Amino acid sequence: MTESTLRVENLRTHFFTRQGVVKAVEDVSFSVGAGRILGLVGESGSGKSMTGYSIMGLVDPPGRVVAGRILLGGKDLRTLAPDEMRKVRGNRIAMIFQDPMMTLNPVLRVDTQMIEAIQAHADVSRAAALERARDALARVGIPSPQERLSAYPHQFSGGMRQRVAIAIALLNKPDLIIADEPTTALDVTIQGQILFEMQKLARESGTALIWITHDLSVIAGLADEICVMYAGRIVEHGSVDQVLDAPLHPYTHGLIDSVPSRGRRGEPLRQIPGMTPSLLDLAPGCAFRDRCARADGACAEDPALSSPVAGRQVRCFHPLTQSAVA
Amino acid sequence: MAPPYMGILHSAFWTLIFSMPVFIVRRLMQSVLVLCFMSLLVFVGVYAIGNPVDILINPQADQADIERAIAALGLDKPLWQQYLIFLKQALAGDLGKSFAYNIPAIQLILERMPATLELALAATGMAVFLGIPLGLWAGLKPDSWPGKLIMTGSILGFSLPTFWVGLMLIMLFAVELGWLPSNGRGPTTELLGIPVSFLSWEGVRHLILPATNLALFKLSLIIRLTRAGTREALLQDYVKFARAKGLSSTRVVGVHVLKNIMIPIVTVIGLEFGSVIAFAIVTESIFAWPGMGKLIIDSINVLDRPVIVAYLLIIVSLFILINLAVDIVYSLLDPRVRISEAKG
Repeated sequence: MTESTLRVENLRTHFFTRQGVVKAVEDVSFSVGAGRILGLVGESGSGKSMTGYSIMGLVDPPGRVVAGRILLGGKDLRTLAPDEMRKVRGNRIAMIFQDPMMTLNPVLRVDTQMIEAIQAHADVSRAAALERARDALARVGIPSPQERLSAYPHQFSGGMRQRVAIAIALLNKPDLIIADEPTTALDVTIQGQILFEMQKLARESGTALIWITHDLSVIAGLADEICVMYAGRIVEHGSVDQVLDAPLHPYTHGLIDSVPSRGRRGEPLRQIPGMTPSLLDLAPGCAFRDRCARADGACAEDPALSSPVAGRQVRCFHPLTQSAVA
Repeated sequence: MAPPYMGILHSAFWTLIFSMPVFIVRRLMQSVLVLCFMSLLVFVGVYAIGNPVDILINPQADQADIERAIAALGLDKPLWQQYLIFLKQALAGDLGKSFAYNIPAIQLILERMPATLELALAATGMAVFLGIPLGLWAGLKPDSWPGKLIMTGSILGFSLPTFWVGLMLIMLFAVELGWLPSNGRGPTTELLGIPVSFLSWEGVRHLILPATNLALFKLSLIIRLTRAGTREALLQDYVKFARAKGLSSTRVVGVHVLKNIMIPIVTVIGLEFGSVIAFAIVTESIFAWPGMGKLIIDSINVLDRPVIVAYLLIIVSLFILINLAVDIVYSLLDPRVRISEAKG
């Protein structure tokens, strides 16, 4: 395997609340290489967004990253001083958020919000920064970028705002972009356009991309690799084709199965029984066992990541075999 | 997609120019109604309280003198006639002569106005320049001990009555410590023909205690408003996104947070500035500050109706002007307001 842009090793992010410790991210490891797209999939509260914030160093108290290494180009971000970490944010790693209506500051013009992102990292004149901002807007497909620079966010549609956010993320040519469900709030045609642009940009510029989502259909067309998260842990990891065609973990199987499909029209929609467990003082053992048809006594202990098939990992005592899926 | 002329329209300047005249005319018409109604209320109110002649005229005067005085003041006519005469003169810009001082009421009030305005400006300035930083601190570090101390202090500022705080200030700083004078305005200096205190050190010393007294409540209000706004803004995605861009925390707080929370703060500062002017009465009485507030108290004591009416009319006009200014500043701060004005 080639040198990866980002390697996360045994990351743990815990929240120390009055009620107890919430282990939002527990022993998460993955890596993503230049020009590659990693899909981070899971339900709400599975810790996928918090993994993104942990990498960015943006976990708010009472939460904090308690263990692990976050290696960007071989350098552990956790050892950086706050101001050095600030220089990494928005420069080497950029992040795009879910709701484009909320991520741009409503009272600042788009050019202000773009110029400050450039000038935070480089000693550039206003005019030069403005030029870069305009080029970035043009690159993400915003028509008449020169005029749109002096507009306010509320003068853009949702899709256009997300393009502006992506343009801001691209400004400093980062090595890695973390996209936290950036198309969830958009309608399908706009989502398609944005996905296409992002894929193209990642391939062309060699930027590594972590795409956080709960939507498997987005991942199917976009990502190279996939990590499925459940209750703060990665439960399955592999290439997109492998994981989606032949899931090993019962949870992944349940997720794929609950996507409505045309072949099963008229049947009741399938779902995973039960609810995601509360992460507050989570009991040891497989967190999915209460919802799992294959669970037995062995599942009361923590399953380790195993590799039953080459190049794939799964955290389960009873992984599905090819025959069981069909 | 925006129509092509949006490029011109969305500049703040043009939108203001286009929308202001209609807006201002509408405001002025409302204001005239309010002024008429209020003057009527005051007329009837003062009439109901008592007869100013009983207070104003020497008890030794004979009946003929009293009759003459009543006629001279125009108090011999029925109330509705007095009101109509007042309205007629008011339209010509004459609000009547003070019964007590026998000079035009307007002139009497305008002479006192600089003192009150200076006190109000000093108090509001203190409230803003202390309140916003303290509120930001309390909002950014709500669990730190300075944050908690600021909030506890603001509760005191809210709940302690102004007159009591004023008396305590005098006792501590004027009587016990002897650092600052307890009453009066001190020497004034002329600035563009207006007498002001703040240009001389002695004047500033006179200004400190009354301004602090008047500022305390507003200060607490601004602290709490800023803190609440900051706490709310910090949870917004745009703050997280700004941090994700790698901006320094100074820029995130000083630009992204502050510009958003200034919108409600400006509104409240404007409204409160009006009430600081109008209700400086208590502070002016305690510190014997020669402003409009003290004048109105004295005038009410002798039922000097022209002064009372003129004072209230001026205060109402001030409120109207301030609200107008707030609306304009508001639309400058919030681009979303500008667009809706242009469309509407």
